[in-house]
Amino acid sequence: MTVLEANHLTHHFNGLAAVNDFNLTLESQELVGIIGPNGAGKTTTFNLITGVYQATGGSITLAGAELVGKKPSQITAMGIARTFQNIRLFKELTVLDNVRIAHYSRAGYGPLGALLHRGSFRTAEEKIITHSLDLLALLQLDGHADELAKNLSYGLQRRLEIARALATRPKLLLLDEPAAGMNPQEVTLLMEFIQWIRKEFHLTILLIEHQMHLVMNICERLLVLDFGATIAEGKPREIQNNPRVREVYLGEAQE
Amino acid sequence: MIDLKRTKQSLEKAAGKRWLLPVLLLGVFLFSLVIHRFELLDPYVQLIAMYIGINIILTLSLNLINGYMGEFSVGHAGFMAVGAYIASFLTVKVIPPQLIAWLFPLAVAAGGLGAAVIGLVVAFPSFKTRGDYLAIVTLAFAMIVKSAIENIDALGGPRGFLGMEKLATLPWVCFWVIITLWIIRNLIYSSFGRGVLAIREDEIAGELMGVNTRQVKILAFTVSSFFAGIAGGLYAHLLQFINPRAFDIIKSTDILIMVYLGGIGSLAGSILGATVYTLLLEILRPLGIWRMVLIPLLLVMLMLFRPKGIMGLRELPWLVPIRDRLASRRWREQKERT
Repeated sequence: MTVLEANHLTHHFNGLAAVNDFNLTLESQELVGIIGPNGAGKTTTFNLITGVYQATGGSITLAGAELVGKKPSQITAMGIARTFQNIRLFKELTVLDNVRIAHYSRAGYGPLGALLHRGSFRTAEEKIITHSLDLLALLQLDGHADELAKNLSYGLQRRLEIARALATRPKLLLLDEPAAGMNPQEVTLLMEFIQWIRKEFHLTILLIEHQMHLVMNICERLLVLDFGATIAEGKPREIQNNPRVREVYLGEAQE
Repeated sequence: MIDLKRTKQSLEKAAGKRWLLPVLLLGVFLFSLVIHRFELLDPYVQLIAMYIGINIILTLSLNLINGYMGEFSVGHAGFMAVGAYIASFLTVKVIPPQLIAWLFPLAVAAGGLGAAVIGLVVAFPSFKTRGDYLAIVTLAFAMIVKSAIENIDALGGPRGFLGMEKLATLPWVCFWVIITLWIIRNLIYSSFGRGVLAIREDEIAGELMGVNTRQVKILAFTVSSFFAGIAGGLYAHLLQFINPRAFDIIKSTDILIMVYLGGIGSLAGSILGATVYTLLLEILRPLGIWRMVLIPLLLVMLMLFRPKGIMGLRELPWLVPIRDRLASRRWREQKERT
């Protein structure tokens, strides 16, 4: 089953094409990586899918529903969640509140219920709290529930960002450089972790990463972007031997 | 001898009860009724207490925008003016005199509703701008309100509006303080309130975690301006005279000072800030003009040593709903049982 489909997706910043005629199809529970040099348009692609930027051309559909023109919060409610290249937690709030915020779109009561704490408010809040803490426990963060997010170690902050994204109950999870700043052992653990959450939460995962070790080992399919356009697509092996990819990464061979 | 340990334990136990805050607030309200009925306090002291109450309402409502949401609104007195004029117009020109005492709360509420509608006008620009730019929008808005009133003859124009009876009594002020505290606390400890905090922490991340930031901003601005309007209505019926100059930038600044003195993002801080600032102004009255040298100096010191205010981003545990305060502990206890 196709989860996400992007057709002829284009985005211009004042005439400069950041993403040009980008096409992507993600099948259910696939794990796909996007690689490419800095400035290739990888994060822009994420921003287009999640609605942070409005595409200047083309279309994106999630399980058949059009995403272009929707607000980020609507897209999240439809089932796409993401993490960020540079961690963007709610720093001054507790770990628990970080995850509770992500329940906004399915809170189960309206403004009046919130102002009076009446009606379905109480049961809905209990549910949010239980679900949040169960999720934190699953990711072994429950011991830190009452700590401020800013006081967590770097690795735990990364994990909390994923927990927060999972709290929105996504079908598709976008990970923007999840291994940034990690040492080789941590990367190995992260690889296992990503595969585990995919199975546990039945996720389709699209990730951007510079660490080839991670990408080559866990991704089933790779996309290589350069100057906003896809220059290669295929299995990790194929990509490794693709002359155009080598050219982009290593420069042209000179005789 | 008093067993200190046991007292402390029973206090902690009491703090864990759901009825504590309602009982406490009801107690305060009944106390204010008794004071009013039997004139237990000197009228001057009662007057100061009412000023404190009105300022608590203003501080709580502005803290929602500036402290919890992290926006910078500097035109709060504008909303107050709208509430004050609507409520005064109703009690003086519309409501028949024999019903005034009964319908006074409705007139105040109508002033709040009017202010809430105007609050929407500020919510919309907040979708696009924030920080300094939104501050200028709110400032401009407050100026528009002031000059609009100055040009409406039915409201007395620049001469002001009078004829209100002194309907604001200590119990009424107390009643509205409790309503304000209750509603704003409920809002903050709800999904919408967490949305408000998300906007302060990282608006884009909030939106990407599913927070409908437009909905949250509309709600926050409406609720905040509603209570500013309420405070205005009470203020008008305490002073019995209002004019547009009473709601200028100086008044807005006063409210800002109380928010940042008490502490941003804190209910207890709002109460503390409003109380301390109002009392300080009164206590230092004998200093005459030097008062306005000393108080700003204190503020400079405060900003240097405690930039987030006395209670900045901290809360008195009693004001936090038990569901939130003990969330993780209760969850753990339940885990252990099963």
